[in-house]
Amino acid sequence: MELAEIINPNNLVYEKPKLLTDNTMHYCPGCGHGVVHKLLAEVIEELGIEEKTIGVSPVGCAVFAYNYIDIDWQEAAHGRAPAVATGIARVNPDKVVFTYQGDGDLASIGTAEIMHACNRGENIVVIFVNNAIYGMTGGQMAPTTLLGQVTSTTPMGRDASRNGYPLKITELIAQLAGTSYVTRQSVHTPAAIRKCRKSISKAFQAALDKKGTAFVEIVSTCNMNWKLDPVEANKWMETNMFPFYPPGDLKDSSKNDPASYSPLKN
Amino acid sequence: MGELRLMKGNEVIAEAAIRCGCDGYFGYPITPQSEIMETLMEREPWNETGMVVLQAESEVASIHMLYGAAGSGKKVLTSSSSPGISLMAEGISYLAGAELPCLIVNVQRGGPGLGTIQPSQADYWQSTKGGGHGDYRLIVLAPSSVQEMNDFVELGFKLAFKYRNPAMILTDGVIGQMMEKVVLSDYIPRSTDEEIEARCGSWITSGRKNARERHVITSLELDSGRMEVNNIRFQSKYAKMEEDEVLYEEIQCEDAEYLIVAFGSSARICQKAVDVAREKGIKVGLLRPITLFPFPKKPIGELAKKVKGMLVVEMNAGQMVEDVQLAAGCSIPVKYYGRLGGIVPGPGEVVQALEQKLIGG
Repeated sequence: MELAEIINPNNLVYEKPKLLTDNTMHYCPGCGHGVVHKLLAEVIEELGIEEKTIGVSPVGCAVFAYNYIDIDWQEAAHGRAPAVATGIARVNPDKVVFTYQGDGDLASIGTAEIMHACNRGENIVVIFVNNAIYGMTGGQMAPTTLLGQVTSTTPMGRDASRNGYPLKITELIAQLAGTSYVTRQSVHTPAAIRKCRKSISKAFQAALDKKGTAFVEIVSTCNMNWKLDPVEANKWMETNMFPFYPPGDLKDSSKNDPASYSPLKN
Repeated sequence: MGELRLMKGNEVIAEAAIRCGCDGYFGYPITPQSEIMETLMEREPWNETGMVVLQAESEVASIHMLYGAAGSGKKVLTSSSSPGISLMAEGISYLAGAELPCLIVNVQRGGPGLGTIQPSQADYWQSTKGGGHGDYRLIVLAPSSVQEMNDFVELGFKLAFKYRNPAMILTDGVIGQMMEKVVLSDYIPRSTDEEIEARCGSWITSGRKNARERHVITSLELDSGRMEVNNIRFQSKYAKMEEDEVLYEEIQCEDAEYLIVAFGSSARICQKAVDVAREKGIKVGLLRPITLFPFPKKPIGELAKKVKGMLVVEMNAGQMVEDVQLAAGCSIPVKYYGRLGGIVPGPGEVVQALEQKLIGG
């Protein structure tokens, strides 16, 4: 077979999403952010909402997300992305707004903002990448760091008596009446990536349908700060993170779940 | 002609926001300014003009909601009082760094810390010289009447959009809580998407339409060379404000031998003090800075050539006095008189301070 026959549009099985820019990603090899960015680009493109989608990037490794997905972006202060997204969404109800946040950003410094945005049922999508460590600042303990996990600020491993317990923030979020869809996914295998893509698509559809906050946690790795190679990091995640942060849907319902919401009667 | 009403300063801020075509308000309750959000909620402007009003979970959240909403070129405001403004300092710095127009109202109370709920002017430094981190300036307007509470909402937005910079109305519990007659502005409709596009189309995050380049609103620039270029641009913007936007009022300054400099509610008290002093035969005038940044350096410098001395009266431990001293130079004495912690001075004690500190009586 000639090369020209092989490189033929009819044989094309995969293409880079148009919304993914050609900028070289700054993420470390083995990091999950690149895959999640690609899925976001695919979903936004597939739903045809690139002209009305506004992303809010966090402080953390994904601060430069705006360099990679070709839509309008607003960069938020550390933890404040849900408040920024609230502001955008409230004065632009016809737009689709999402935040992209890590575990330090969302579950530590931004706990108040994420809880209240979700509780108000802001019509936004939250993409929450949880790798149980601060990546950008060099591997410090995150609220989601597992007990015994070694980080640069828990060099002997996280000790509950000193550092408290890992925070299952997604489980808390799922209790809030304002959330319509809360799920936990991963991107470490082709099957997981396909499932995650479906979840992201469902979350954006929920925002388009004004159903309240749609929340997608993606359990991911930080092989650099975990000090493992990418394959070992994936194994470590499956062995240690999945038992504590099990993948799957936590909530899939419409806004104002009657079980948790009871209005005053006059 | 506008409508004549008897209203509280805080209520007027709310009314003026609705009438000037504001798109959104984000706030958190704190004394002595809670009537702003309460008035808005009672007025339900979402039914009338489509304006959004949202009670946030904290001042931290409300300032970042403002940052988000301002990013789409909408006319948005927040309000708070001193401790709340301290919480907003992070967001204010981000707004200045990302060059987003918006309006912030500070109805000051006495500090530091939780302080008191009584009026104060102790946030002068915080408002005019930063407050948050980094080299930035706010456009700071200091109303001294309920009428100016009305007028400065529209003026604040005008300047904020002209310079793509946050503007602040720096007032206090006196003006916020007092009732006066006010001529309300006529209604201006909220801007349409087309008008916003025409005004701010080059930078807003409104969705990347028609294959234009994506817009990114950020204050981040890791390349220090480029960050310095950004900072130089900010500084030239502030210099332009100092050139073109200074506002002040001179009262009985023509024949003045002494000058009182005071802003906001202190200026109202000093207006009376000027009358009292003149009855005693002291030729004193009043210069009232209306923009605290840009500060009226030149008129103060000019008056320093004519008068024998200046008294700066403020409800703080002597903050604006430093700016007056810089503007006046060293040729005449520039003294300070003030009360602290929520105490409002009376005209009599101002005249006494004038006599003791400047005239030597």
